[in-house]
Amino acid sequence: MATMKALVCRECGKEYPTKAIHVCEMCFGPLEVKYNYEEIKRNISRKKIQDGPDSIWRYADLLPVQGPTYLGPHAGMTPLVRAKNLGAFLGLDELYIKNDTVNHPTLSFKDRVVAVAITRARELGFETIACASTGNLANSVAAHAAAAGMRAYVFIPGDLEAAKVLGNLIYKPNVVEVEGNYDDVNRLCSEIAGEHGWAFVNINIRPYYAEGSKTLAYETVEQLGWRTPDQVVIPMASGSLLTKIWKGLHEMKTVGLIDDVKTKINGAQAEGCSPISTAFKSGRDFFKPVKPKTIAKSLAIGNPADGYYALKATAESKGSMDMVSDDEVVEGIKLLAQTEGIFAETAGGVTIGVLQKLVKQGTIKKSDVTVAYITGNGLKTQEAVIDAVGRPHRIQPSLVSFEQTFKVGKHGGGDA
Amino acid sequence: MPNMKFHIRFPEDKIKEPIIYQIGHEFKIVTNVRRADVRETTGWMDLELTGDSTEIERAVAGLRKKGVIVDPIELNVVE
Repeated sequence: MATMKALVCRECGKEYPTKAIHVCEMCFGPLEVKYNYEEIKRNISRKKIQDGPDSIWRYADLLPVQGPTYLGPHAGMTPLVRAKNLGAFLGLDELYIKNDTVNHPTLSFKDRVVAVAITRARELGFETIACASTGNLANSVAAHAAAAGMRAYVFIPGDLEAAKVLGNLIYKPNVVEVEGNYDDVNRLCSEIAGEHGWAFVNINIRPYYAEGSKTLAYETVEQLGWRTPDQVVIPMASGSLLTKIWKGLHEMKTVGLIDDVKTKINGAQAEGCSPISTAFKSGRDFFKPVKPKTIAKSLAIGNPADGYYALKATAESKGSMDMVSDDEVVEGIKLLAQTEGIFAETAGGVTIGVLQKLVKQGTIKKSDVTVAYITGNGLKTQEAVIDAVGRPHRIQPSLVSFEQTFKVGKHGGGDA
Repeated sequence: MPNMKFHIRFPEDKIKEPIIYQIGHEFKIVTNVRRADVRETTGWMDLELTGDSTEIERAVAGLRKKGVIVDPIELNVVE
């Protein structure tokens, strides 16, 4: 169903047709999708959603695609885990983890946005899909392109770690290693997107791509039994994820799926790259770009495109923002793994670290229904915790050696 | 004629300098400011440069040499 009305400038409000454009020709502001909510309201219902596919596409009425062919059929509908152990540790009665470490096909929330981007790109007639990435986005674009039979170009900085390069090469896209740093890749990709007729998911397809993040809000509400949480904690890189979760919650109210939105939106960054959180804590409505220096590389965007809008959404919701050190990121990863059995990448450590801070500050209260968004799998960033998890217990191949090491008797018990 | 869009930022000590005027004279390009916010201690502009590609590249290098930070209009696109 085509429910898109137009692309609209987030600054001046000028409208454009729903093509592969992302910048307002009048004021150079970013474009986003405008929907026909009246029509959606007439067609959508809780039952229709629940009878839909077990993926983000159950919310197709609220996504910027025409359908009915959807690429990326397995993205979304990840578990909303009732985190009783972590909740008890932090002093929260009702804490949930939205677990995108098991999102498909590439184990990060990027599969949501890329599924939407590649579907829209195909609808617009593109045969080549591209992105500029240092990690999760590249994996997701390469995998989705392989499954869709589309040509893919993935641009990476020349100094990217070997393991991350391999994670892309396996899908056989054209991996382009640019001799230069992050800024050089950034500038080159912006130029290529302007010159070639390709679908750059996070450049000229960005208005559609970003909308995929709204599905995290929709799923949260549905999985909570059509309730909105009181508090959410969201990791911030470009700030887009936070703004789209806020937008998604309000859309559910607009189309009549829920009565009200009382959710407070909280943003999380690492201290080594915290332009948005720093601005928020300083009471500024603008951020100062930074040079990232943090182990949370998936959040290391020093000049975030949606930083201003993330500040605005957080202020509107009366939420908060904070940041954590790299040591706290590692502790956050360990805490989540050891209480809930969920191994998150570094962004997850940022979310858990900031959640802990907000609870300690009293910003999030014991009785608040709270959701923490865990956006990527820990197997992708094992290097971040390699020195923080200890070593295996080495024993001789004998029962005596085992029992001496673990002080364990015939009836169990005992630790080394 | 090629044109490119940039988001440029001025450090505090450059705010009073007529940098856009200067690059318009130093390079064969047309400068077109479309959106801006210049305050006492900080300033940014969304700027369009029109001209030959090589001249635009030279103008960007010229802006950087004057201490201005030049980013694509999309800001950071590497995710």
